[in-house]
Amino acid sequence: MRELVGTWNRKGFTFAILALLPALIIYTLVRFIPIIETLRLSLFQWNLISRRKPFIGLDNFRELVTDALFLEALRNTTIIAFGVLAITVPLGLVLAALIHHRTRSRFAGFYETSIFIPHVVSLVPAAMAWKWIFDARLGPLNTLLGFFGLPPQAWLFDPVLAIICVIVLCSWQALGYAVLIFLVGFKNIPQSLYEAARLDGASALQCFRHISIPQLKPVLLYVSVITLIAAFNIYAQVFVLASDSQGAPGRLVRVLVLDMLENSFRNYRVGYAAAEAVILLAIVLALTAIQFRVFREKGRA
Amino acid sequence: MSDRSLSATEAGPRATAGERILNGVIDVILIIFCILMLLPLVFLVSNAFKSPQELLQWPPTIIPRDATLENITSVLAETPLLRWIGNTFLFAVLSTIAIVTTSAVSGYVLGKFRFPGVHIIFGMILATAIIPFEVYMIPLYLGVQQLGLLNSLWGLLIGYLVMSFGIFLIRQYVIASIPDELIEAARIDGASESWIFLRIVVPLMRGPLGTLAVLAFFQSWTAFTWPMIITATKESYTLEVGLALFQTGFTVDLGRLSAAAALALLPSILFFAFMRRNFVQGVASSGLKE
Repeated sequence: MRELVGTWNRKGFTFAILALLPALIIYTLVRFIPIIETLRLSLFQWNLISRRKPFIGLDNFRELVTDALFLEALRNTTIIAFGVLAITVPLGLVLAALIHHRTRSRFAGFYETSIFIPHVVSLVPAAMAWKWIFDARLGPLNTLLGFFGLPPQAWLFDPVLAIICVIVLCSWQALGYAVLIFLVGFKNIPQSLYEAARLDGASALQCFRHISIPQLKPVLLYVSVITLIAAFNIYAQVFVLASDSQGAPGRLVRVLVLDMLENSFRNYRVGYAAAEAVILLAIVLALTAIQFRVFREKGRA
Repeated sequence: MSDRSLSATEAGPRATAGERILNGVIDVILIIFCILMLLPLVFLVSNAFKSPQELLQWPPTIIPRDATLENITSVLAETPLLRWIGNTFLFAVLSTIAIVTTSAVSGYVLGKFRFPGVHIIFGMILATAIIPFEVYMIPLYLGVQQLGLLNSLWGLLIGYLVMSFGIFLIRQYVIASIPDELIEAARIDGASESWIFLRIVVPLMRGPLGTLAVLAFFQSWTAFTWPMIITATKESYTLEVGLALFQTGFTVDLGRLSAAAALALLPSILFFAFMRRNFVQGVASSGLKE
């Protein structure tokens, strides 16, 4: 790139600094400082109100490792994240391939829009729609099971089934994003590759297996990582879907963000919750590192 | 997604019979799948207009037989739903203005000016994009509390003033699509830096700024966790929070719950319908990073 202000005049420099200043101040106040504060608080014991805030080093983390509720939250969140991944990526890839194949169909706009809409509509009302579907007494899902002679299930009151419901809801939402990104990926594959393969007599399925998939590898990885990261922060979905028998939101499927909020605002253990936030951060950074690593290797090859 | 390229297996006008059958089968599969995707939302809107008896019927009707407005009127009477919609709208608009402004200015400077430290600043802004909001929201909450801004629009807004992806998007656009020569020519003519930015650069950025505005609006329109912890009074709730608490606080009255949810859903569907192209482009370009 050319050095635009290489001959830099003082006026340009002053403008640049003054223009960046508001954003830099905001970033410092609402991003950098809170992030550093999270890291710092995780080393303290603090009850939100007291002036005393003793430094306890890594004790919070030591306690987390044996905290049954935290471990349950971590386990549930991991199961949900990989469950959503296992549905969204393969299904999204197949759907994107089919839609791409039918880009000239008069329904193409309908396909893209209707798969994408669940991704953008307000989350809480959408989750309420699913809550009705899963409802044990009134829900159409149980009635449907009845038609096949299957017994009704307490979908949202059984811990295992409730996790499945959360995975279904989250996959329904995440699918549109995956399909859209895969479609962009398909459009970027050079057509000459397919033409050459067709001349050699390759079938459509062979083309998909040996051209599309390898070409889409970076997109596949990107969608996988983004899906996983999004699912590790999940909260609203379980808040709406998984109320326990007393109607307390989200207790049935304990996830990381719920556990964090309970520790800080119900148990008044802010330092402890900050330690959980640090673990969440570590998970996200690890996922991002994997992504960068694979991209770099691909760049070198 | 306007340009529809041909795929190699695409059947043109002269498709063989076999290809046409295959295409038909694929169309049928996709149409069924798309209808299934939309069905939960369709049922939600339809349930909002059903009487208690009709709600219990199987199979559930898609078009209510005796459509009633009773659910909607009683929800509007019982909850400050319109107030919540107003709160959310104001929050989303102000957040969008803040994000578009900061992204336009910073993206331009970071894309076109070279001075010591510029890469470090950009790197740090980009790095915070990876860190989820949930990681640092508790210290941010404590800050809002200290300022005495809980339960207020300003408290909500503090969490949504900047968007790292927005700065990234504008910077990439500025580098790729705004020629240096244009800016240099204006400088030689004696234009001031702020004149160049406002009169030359901003009009050229209209496309990506529109995309960003849609993304920013939807981000705060659908925000949940932050409004949840910042607001504690019924009057200060956003739509998502009010609705979530409404559905846990009430005994199951499916008709009214659906009515509230349908009313909440409609603005986002309408907005999406208007802004479809911008929004899809924005999401697509977010996946196209180098």
